[in-house]
Amino acid sequence: MSVNKYTVSSSPHIRSKDTVQGIMGDVFIALLPAAIAGVWFFRFSALFIILISIASCVGAEAIWQKLTKQKVTINDFSAAVTGLLLALNLPPTVPFWIPIVGGVFAIIVAKQFFGGLGQNFINPALAARVFLLTSWTPQMTSWTLDGVTTATPLALLKEGALQLPSFTDVFLGNIGGCIGETSAIALLIGAAYLLYRRVISIRIPATFIGTVFILTWLIGRDGMFYSNAIYEIFTGGLILGAFFMATDYSSSPVTEKGQYIMGLGCGIITVVIRLFGGLPEGVSYAILIMNLAVPLIERYTMPKRFGEVKQ
Amino acid sequence: MQLLTFKRGIHPPDGKHLTENKPIEYLLPKGDLVYPMVQHIGAPCEPTVKKGDRVLVGQKIGEAKAYVSAPVHATVSGTVKNIAPMLHPNGDKILSVIVENDGLYEEHESIGPKGDYKNLSREQIIEIIKEAGIVGMGGAGFPTFIKLSPPPEKKIDSIIVNGAECEPYLTSDYRVMLEETDRVVTGLKIILKLFPEAKGYIAVEDNKMEAVKALLEETKNIDNIEVKLVKTKYPQGAEKQLIYAVTKREVPSGGLPADVACIVQNIDTVVAIHRAIVRGRPLMRRIVTVSGGAVKDPKNFKVKIGTSYRELVEAAGGLVSEPVKIISGGPMMGMALTSLDVPVCKGTSAILCLTKEEAELPEEQNCIRCGRCIAACPMNLMPLQLNQYAIHKEIDKFEAIHGMDCMECGCCSFVCPAKRHIVQSVRTAKKLVRSNKKNA
Repeated sequence: MSVNKYTVSSSPHIRSKDTVQGIMGDVFIALLPAAIAGVWFFRFSALFIILISIASCVGAEAIWQKLTKQKVTINDFSAAVTGLLLALNLPPTVPFWIPIVGGVFAIIVAKQFFGGLGQNFINPALAARVFLLTSWTPQMTSWTLDGVTTATPLALLKEGALQLPSFTDVFLGNIGGCIGETSAIALLIGAAYLLYRRVISIRIPATFIGTVFILTWLIGRDGMFYSNAIYEIFTGGLILGAFFMATDYSSSPVTEKGQYIMGLGCGIITVVIRLFGGLPEGVSYAILIMNLAVPLIERYTMPKRFGEVKQ
Repeated sequence: MQLLTFKRGIHPPDGKHLTENKPIEYLLPKGDLVYPMVQHIGAPCEPTVKKGDRVLVGQKIGEAKAYVSAPVHATVSGTVKNIAPMLHPNGDKILSVIVENDGLYEEHESIGPKGDYKNLSREQIIEIIKEAGIVGMGGAGFPTFIKLSPPPEKKIDSIIVNGAECEPYLTSDYRVMLEETDRVVTGLKIILKLFPEAKGYIAVEDNKMEAVKALLEETKNIDNIEVKLVKTKYPQGAEKQLIYAVTKREVPSGGLPADVACIVQNIDTVVAIHRAIVRGRPLMRRIVTVSGGAVKDPKNFKVKIGTSYRELVEAAGGLVSEPVKIISGGPMMGMALTSLDVPVCKGTSAILCLTKEEAELPEEQNCIRCGRCIAACPMNLMPLQLNQYAIHKEIDKFEAIHGMDCMECGCCSFVCPAKRHIVQSVRTAKKLVRSNKKNA
């Protein structure tokens, strides 16, 4: 018997060049414009938070996998993406330990406890944000811009304040808010890149933002048809959440129809919280709640197989 | 011309440039010929010769003993050297007749024109095709005479000749359409004689426009034959997908093309029918693409069935680098071989010697639920879930989400960024389901 030199494996014998690393790298690249805008508006503190957050997530993943004797998979970039996303969801003025606690929670509790990459049923960065928000509310809800304490546009809207930041400031990101959520233009550039690279489809973000737009306009803060719905979709975490977090692979539906339902559900919950809830912003909670419904959504939105026999 | 297609599918790198402009070369065998008694779906043949017998070109050496089977013929004249189990391209050892070629190519008396097909009856044509041992030459190897004998309650209105050739690297069908256009068309005419009410279609992907032109020219005065342009997309040539593209009908799950009034035939099969009727020759030769990055001079060959793969690779200049994988058939659905010492069978469409760069076996990572497999699956299944259920042997759930509908085209594994071996797991689960059913 001669030694077999050839690989004998099941077909197909050729594979596409796409890799998990490549996809995660694309998400990271797509988040960079928002990160740069955050550093531009919030200066050194933002950069500091971003770096600590990424380091905590990557470190937490490596240490956990070492301790549990698994293969260390930090080179798939998924932990780095979670770290960057988490940082973009934090106010620029948080103390340095906030991103560390958040990063450890995101990676170990939300991701690794459930089996690691692709197995987490909620978005790790969002889970960490909400965990931090409920545990250290003052630190997580103090906003400053150019050293001056300020309020987010949504909080101002909720209070019924008359003086709101201009639409231009809202669109560019020159407003109070989390590091990466304020600059709509930067987020949209990143989103366009993700769509162009076909990392995400437009289904979830379009239905999510569309639903928020229509419902905000329909219901309105000041009665029906009396609110500036365009202004509102660019405030808060909607653009960041719709393009970068509601589309998270492992915590959103894989089916096409399911993705529309995901977007719709996120949109409805967001508007309900924004207009009627006690909090100014509801994007994070909306996505997390819909994350829990994903298995159910998938079960009822399975594609109809080719050649399905009519019963 | 309207461009037809199916939903989903993929666009793999096609590799056809290596051989698409290489005219078919006729290759005579040098060494012994090996004729496995299984070259089709169905019951194995029984050898009709014994060691030491002299056989002639076209002589039947394997007799079909069951309805679903196809006889095997000698393709050279010479002496039966042995009858023994030999390595088959499918990886098994199969009882084979080994013939030492005397180089005389003396023909058996049974060879000879069967007369004008227009004067033959339906039964006569079916019988000739059956006796010629013709099977589907796209790879599946289902006996053609059975395909052409649907139950009388199934009316057939479309005969589709499959010139899609969607597998990367393969150009044998393309060369046949280009070089033997008239035979393809006459072969289809013969099939249409069996189904006078049906219309004939020759479906060709739009990356083979030279073949389309030749076919259009050849069929311009024929009313009941139409050339259909289909989109270059894998798996356009899968039977159900091709039927959908051409007729917009979906073959029901678990059903056959005849359920939607269609019959699909491979290009080379149609040419084999032409040869069997017009020239009275059984299925003895086929066109094989020898290609891949490790082959010095990739080519298309017309070879005698039974010729060793090794001879073909040598005739293509041999290997320039050490391949990591040798494949019988296309890279999407072909079989990986352990050795080149296997014979060309009726279903051998290609021999590919792929380099590390072309076909390295990647390491599996966790599924990230990106959903690309769903977007690629031409059967509209959920490959990522099938993969999970298959791995965990949750066979009931596997069946409940229609795992048995998978045709193993490989689109999901191809697109998977985590490089999961989805098709492999599904294949194993399907086998398990079948064996459970058998034992139940």
